[in-house]
Amino acid sequence: MKKLAKQVIFYSALIAIWTLLAKLRIWPPYLFPPPWGVGHALWDGFADHSFWIGIAVTMKRMLIGYSLSVMLGMVLGLGVSSSKFLEETVGGLLVSLQSLPSICWIPLAVLWFGLTEKAILFVVLMGSLLSVTIAMEDGRKQMPKIYSMAGRNLGASGFRLFWSVLLPASLPFIVNGMKQGWAFAWRSLIQAEMIFLSLGLGQLLMMGRDLSDMSQVLAVMILIIILGYMVDGLIFRTMERRLQEKYGLTPA
Amino acid sequence: MSVSPRNVLQPVARVPYRGVRDTVFHGKPLAPVTEFPAPHVAEPVVPKVALDGISLRYRTTSGEGLLALDNISLEVEAGEFLCVVGPSGCGKSTLLHLIAGLQPQTSGTVLVDGKPVQGPGTDRILIFQELGLFPWLTVGGNVEFGLKMKNVPKAEREEKVQHLLRLVQLSKFRDSYIHQLSGGMRQRVALARALATGPDVLLMDEPFAALDAQTRDLLHDELERIWAETGCTIIFVTHNVREAARLADRVALLTFRPGRVKEEFRVNLPRPRHMEHPDVTRMARTILDCLREEINKSLEVEYADEKAR
Repeated sequence: MKKLAKQVIFYSALIAIWTLLAKLRIWPPYLFPPPWGVGHALWDGFADHSFWIGIAVTMKRMLIGYSLSVMLGMVLGLGVSSSKFLEETVGGLLVSLQSLPSICWIPLAVLWFGLTEKAILFVVLMGSLLSVTIAMEDGRKQMPKIYSMAGRNLGASGFRLFWSVLLPASLPFIVNGMKQGWAFAWRSLIQAEMIFLSLGLGQLLMMGRDLSDMSQVLAVMILIIILGYMVDGLIFRTMERRLQEKYGLTPA
Repeated sequence: MSVSPRNVLQPVARVPYRGVRDTVFHGKPLAPVTEFPAPHVAEPVVPKVALDGISLRYRTTSGEGLLALDNISLEVEAGEFLCVVGPSGCGKSTLLHLIAGLQPQTSGTVLVDGKPVQGPGTDRILIFQELGLFPWLTVGGNVEFGLKMKNVPKAEREEKVQHLLRLVQLSKFRDSYIHQLSGGMRQRVALARALATGPDVLLMDEPFAALDAQTRDLLHDELERIWAETGCTIIFVTHNVREAARLADRVALLTFRPGRVKEEFRVNLPRPRHMEHPDVTRMARTILDCLREEINKSLEVEYADEKAR
């Protein structure tokens, strides 16, 4: 409760300062709109359905691209971590590729796929696949060896050892990888959507710029923050905290 | 060759070796235990576990390798409680891993019932120092695990889990998760999980080292009771000589790096024993005198490592 009170006070103060600065008219209102201007833009955006459509289109891409990258990333991560050879060859390549910002894939994607849905999905996939793979690989390495020994000792082997011991034992690491993958996919998707006409939130942001409508720009930015935070901060973090507690990784 | 008339005239009933013990345990009369005569009568008894010239060499970066265990030969009778003591770093935990079949030795054989060990098997269950309980399963789920792997039908599993949880007095905690339990309770879950598959041999790796003295005393009593009830063979590794004197029929003392059997002590004291009993203390003292030399050696190596840095 105390924490909530602090947050309420903090955000109220932030909006108060914003209002004050807008009222002082240091910058023209079309460059620095007041909070209610942004509120209006949000209202209008939802009222004429353009925000709803934007959210729906973006989330659909997110679901497709993200599920693809999680599935592929798990397979790749397991593969890379299960063979010394792959780890030393493919593993190194993956780490070096990760230093490439996902936006750098856009020119390649556009040349290969044209200005299509596929190009956007490709960028999302490339943006998050690597982090999921690396997180999975790390997870398998960090998984305490004792669980697999205990499992073998109690008569588990082969697929059952994998299914009943190795998989649940690495669950905290898998969730961590999924969380990281989500964050990367989200960033890549918005970036990719900003490049061309795509109906998503990224395009709404660019539309605000084209119309010199700062209120809309800020409104869409707030929307992106809220959506990203809802999934990352609420869903994933709660899941992670519960798992860590249960697995005794943090003092419960 | 003359045959002793005693051997011919008095064939002795083969009973599991129990050492010397009371016929009354925790107030309950036990099945009469025949005083074991001497192992050289009748046909030779196949030991439950036999280590035959076990050596283990670790590969190191320098190339020469580290000899962890050196030519260890030990026999453990069925139903015997053997404690293995030694300074830290003598490879006593590793020895248990070898018997459990979780790790191969460099040379020598581990025989269980006269058959060489090849990989893990549920006739030998190891209780790890860190326990390795599965945090994603409840207490009941942990105990049930081995039975599930053995494809025991559900009804039977259910019954067995209930029985085991009663045995370790954790029936109320069946649906709790591991992180909700105290250290002593976790130990008992590990014990129940290990007993579930009905192992003949229980391998215990310093299981009570991290517990407070009261909890440990209680668990000693419980372990002794469960050992009497199940009749299994126990190989118990510890660095605590008093614990060894409290629990064991026999104590094997390992040397510091490489681990060799330096000395064996038979503990012929009536059960149930108490850690504070003068006889137990005296026994512990005898073992400790022998152990001290090895501890000093291990300390010297540690300090030498420190200086070399």
